[in-house]
Amino acid sequence: MLEPFFRWCESTLIGRAVAESVWAFPILEAIHLLGLCMLGGALLVVDLRLLGAGLTGQPVAQLARNARRWLITALVIMVATGIPLFLSEAIKAYYNTSFWVKMTTLPIALLFTFLVRERVAREEGRDPGVRGKIVGAVSLALWFTVAAAGRWIGFS
Amino acid sequence: MIQRFLGWLGETPWSVALLESLYVWPLVESTHVLALGLFVGTTVMMDLRLVGVAFRKVPVQAFTGRLLPWTHIGFVVMAVTGLLLFYSQPLRYYHNVFFRVKVLVLIAAGINAFIFHRGAQRRAAEWADDAMPPRAARAAGAVSLAAWTVVVVTGRLIAYNWFDCDLQPQPDWVNWAAGCATGSE
Repeated sequence: MLEPFFRWCESTLIGRAVAESVWAFPILEAIHLLGLCMLGGALLVVDLRLLGAGLTGQPVAQLARNARRWLITALVIMVATGIPLFLSEAIKAYYNTSFWVKMTTLPIALLFTFLVRERVAREEGRDPGVRGKIVGAVSLALWFTVAAAGRWIGFS
Repeated sequence: MIQRFLGWLGETPWSVALLESLYVWPLVESTHVLALGLFVGTTVMMDLRLVGVAFRKVPVQAFTGRLLPWTHIGFVVMAVTGLLLFYSQPLRYYHNVFFRVKVLVLIAAGINAFIFHRGAQRRAAEWADDAMPPRAARAAGAVSLAAWTVVVVTGRLIAYNWFDCDLQPQPDWVNWAAGCATGSE
């Protein structure tokens, strides 16, 4: 049903330009990975803390507030590079299970991060309870799935 | 000498099996990539703190004491999976320009971390609470950020064979940088 839309995506100017260029796809991929590094760091600082590890001794709310802008910067980098990467091989993506796993998990991870995790982190002090631990674990599991499925798009 | 050893290494049964495996190689590669989030991710957060642009109220010692063990775990995962990937195609990586640059910058990043550890970090008690660390610490953070950026980018580009020795003709600088055995030698 969505296939015509994916065909259109691949026929867009950006999609064709990236597909036809030798360097564009690899460079976008590399920047996408740099975004992944920053995303991983910004998430882990807070999620580890929620789980009672990493920067213990620092209030969760403060860490989360500090990490927020790096998290958003990383997401902007990943989306800005991810869209042209997708456009260049939209039809391949359409028939790729990993792509759908990633795109299903991604909105869930985003909603969870900015609706649930952010609120919980803001309320947590120095001693996150069971709720904080669950939120940290769910966050890590969701983003791990997004990243792993994303990497697997290239293998399947 | 090195070429002969790497050629032999790449013909060992386990190396061939790893390269040809349907799932093991992609799983090792995926682990290598996902561990970036842990290793480079935590490194970047600490570097941003050292540069003085993030977590300004968190003492630097909290990073070097509590977060660094996680960075180390990430490093071990990256090193083990990276060595396995190298082992699957030693000769190809050895003659890959991006791989060579990556290894050089990796060494530079290591030296930078060592200098920071022996220098500014030793006196950290004096400045750990400062929102803006001293110049030496900021420099270490900036060099680290730049070095890991290059390592990640060149690491990703190793997958592309643009400058491989078996894709002749290549410009002279490529053959030199990749250590290709060309007819003129």
